[in-house]
Amino acid sequence: MKHSLLTAATVACAMTTGGLSLNAYAADEYKLGLVTFLSGAASGPFGIPAKNAADLVIDAINDGTLPAPIKGNGIDGRMITPVYLDEAGGATKQTAEFRNLVERDGVDAVVGYISSGDCLAIPSVAEELKTLTVLFDCGTPRVFEEADYKYVFRTTATASMDNIAAARYVHENLSDLQTIAGINQNYSWGHDSWRDFTETLKVLRGGDIEITTEQFPKLFAGQYGAEISALQVNSADVIHTSFWGGDTDAFVLQAAARGLLADNEVIFTAGETALNSLGEHLPDGAIIGARGPFGPFAPESELNTWFQNEFTERFGTPPTFPAYHMAQALIGLKLAHDQAGVGASTDEVISSFEGLEFYGPGGKVEMSRGKGHQAATEMVYGRLTRVDGEITFTDITRYPADCVNPPDGTETLKWIQSGMPGAECN
Amino acid sequence: MKQLLAILVDGSVYASWLFIISAGLTLIYGVMRILNMSHGSFYALGAYSGASMVGWYFSTGSVPWLSFVVLIGAALAAGVTVGLLVERGLLRFMYGRDEVVMILVTYAVLLIMEDAIKLIWGVEPYFAYQPYTMLGRTKFMGLTFANYDFMLIGVSILIGLALWYGLNRTRNGKLLRVIIHDREIAGALGINVSKIFTITFVIGAGIGALAGALTAPGLSVVPGMGIEVIVLAFAVVVIGGLGSISGALVGALIVGMARATAVHLYPEVELFVIYAVMGLVLAFRPQGLFAVANARKI
Repeated sequence: MKHSLLTAATVACAMTTGGLSLNAYAADEYKLGLVTFLSGAASGPFGIPAKNAADLVIDAINDGTLPAPIKGNGIDGRMITPVYLDEAGGATKQTAEFRNLVERDGVDAVVGYISSGDCLAIPSVAEELKTLTVLFDCGTPRVFEEADYKYVFRTTATASMDNIAAARYVHENLSDLQTIAGINQNYSWGHDSWRDFTETLKVLRGGDIEITTEQFPKLFAGQYGAEISALQVNSADVIHTSFWGGDTDAFVLQAAARGLLADNEVIFTAGETALNSLGEHLPDGAIIGARGPFGPFAPESELNTWFQNEFTERFGTPPTFPAYHMAQALIGLKLAHDQAGVGASTDEVISSFEGLEFYGPGGKVEMSRGKGHQAATEMVYGRLTRVDGEITFTDITRYPADCVNPPDGTETLKWIQSGMPGAECN
Repeated sequence: MKQLLAILVDGSVYASWLFIISAGLTLIYGVMRILNMSHGSFYALGAYSGASMVGWYFSTGSVPWLSFVVLIGAALAAGVTVGLLVERGLLRFMYGRDEVVMILVTYAVLLIMEDAIKLIWGVEPYFAYQPYTMLGRTKFMGLTFANYDFMLIGVSILIGLALWYGLNRTRNGKLLRVIIHDREIAGALGINVSKIFTITFVIGAGIGALAGALTAPGLSVVPGMGIEVIVLAFAVVVIGGLGSISGALVGALIVGMARATAVHLYPEVELFVIYAVMGLVLAFRPQGLFAVANARKI
């Protein structure tokens, strides 16, 4: 009896101290769910650079080595413990995995999502589970145009910005512009991009624009021979494409081999990811965008210099825009916590995140749309050129955030079609 | 006229690519009655092997033209070796099982190979564009075509001729056709069915890997590329008739021409047209255009 009592006491003690130490450990860490493509066609050009950026920035946040004015170690005084999750598998799988992250892994917040489909599916679950969630890369404007969310933020501007700026750029830089053609992926990203580009051009040119052909090949089709012929047959003054990742690579390789890029003006709204791998195939004069002021278009700052140097040294390649997007999301989350103060409740963090203005490696980010939950940034385009064989850019135009992002509470398409009232471009 | 030329050339190039992808798939089904889901992985394996070896080859500064030999040789070596391992190490223990079971088994092989590819090559894209650009381009009637694409048409014709000759003019080919007609009788006649199965699977895997290698120079080789093509390959062999080489050829031509026509004339239906053709064919000939309907053995 005495022996069993002693055993029970020992077990109880062990459980108590074990529980205490577990709680003490839990209090020291900030568990962060990180969702990005770790497999599939989007992993190489998007998911892995984003994960690399997360590794780099999280280490720097934990070590307190991010350049000033970002201060302190960790988030909320706690060291970040990342919990990585593969985004592959579609929206249904991701909503289930999000629940697992919150309910099984007990994460404090989630940063993630490249696919627009996932970004449309996750917010309702995040609201239900009351989990602070930062969408870091997806571009669909529908997330905050169709609903209001309390727990969901997006620190990247929408894709509408890319295409409104693209239309402004070709309108201002191609004096004889009369005809346009497009090749975009056959899903919401491609269709929305083409729609915003053409509608903006119609407004800017008073309807005086002719579409020669609009091609929508399947996502990850890989073979664009027929589309390239169609673009040659239906020649236009400028070809617009919002292709990304491996599709950009395949299109560049095949179009360059057939002379399409040398014979035509082409604007790549998300072409920056192809610069490191296939820059030699892009002809001088190609118009390149980076989904914001990122990569070669990032403004000079101590933070950007640190990010570019550290990323290149650690991973052997310069950071592309998905890496910048991830860095921006993590820095935004940290600053929202810092502003709310150590030990702040989730509601207090949300309050400080709403309308936050901060500087990431790509410059100023204003959480000024979607009732303070959606970021707006400037957008940049430039023409590729070579100096001593090195790729650089000329004719760079920077469009302020208020020039290419619709005002808060306004639907993008309605804003464009009504003549973009209130756009401040100077 | 310009548009018609574009449709014919684009349709032929796309059909050639489809035929090379689907020839191995339909050969394996015709002989072994295995709908090989892992075919897409052999395609990816060929692309990765070819691209990485071509990248290495050019880094040595060797003669550029030999890169074609390196590209094809690397893919065939990888495809044949892994094909042999899969057939001898796994599939031979499953023969005689239901076709649905074989689909599940080869699907498992696909998943394993996809992960193995990621373990070996990582997730960074690989490029082997030198062979694509090296051959130059041809201008004709205001259109510019890559000569590499014309070479693809030539290779697909060679593969088609080789398969036709092998099946119809060689002793092993005739033995193989006996197995296609009736596996049990072939065994009873003393034909080594197991050996023929091994040879068939290895050839099918090799053609799949070759297809990947020939595709690699025109795109970035990335994880998941094999899964993207398997659906297209199935559409082609289903239209032509599962197990029929000539059916795969006609299926590829139909799909290639239909897609090129849609891209040029009705781009909004490009995605739909391939599966519309498949649905139409299956509505009137459920066994496909060239497959012979067999009486079911009880």
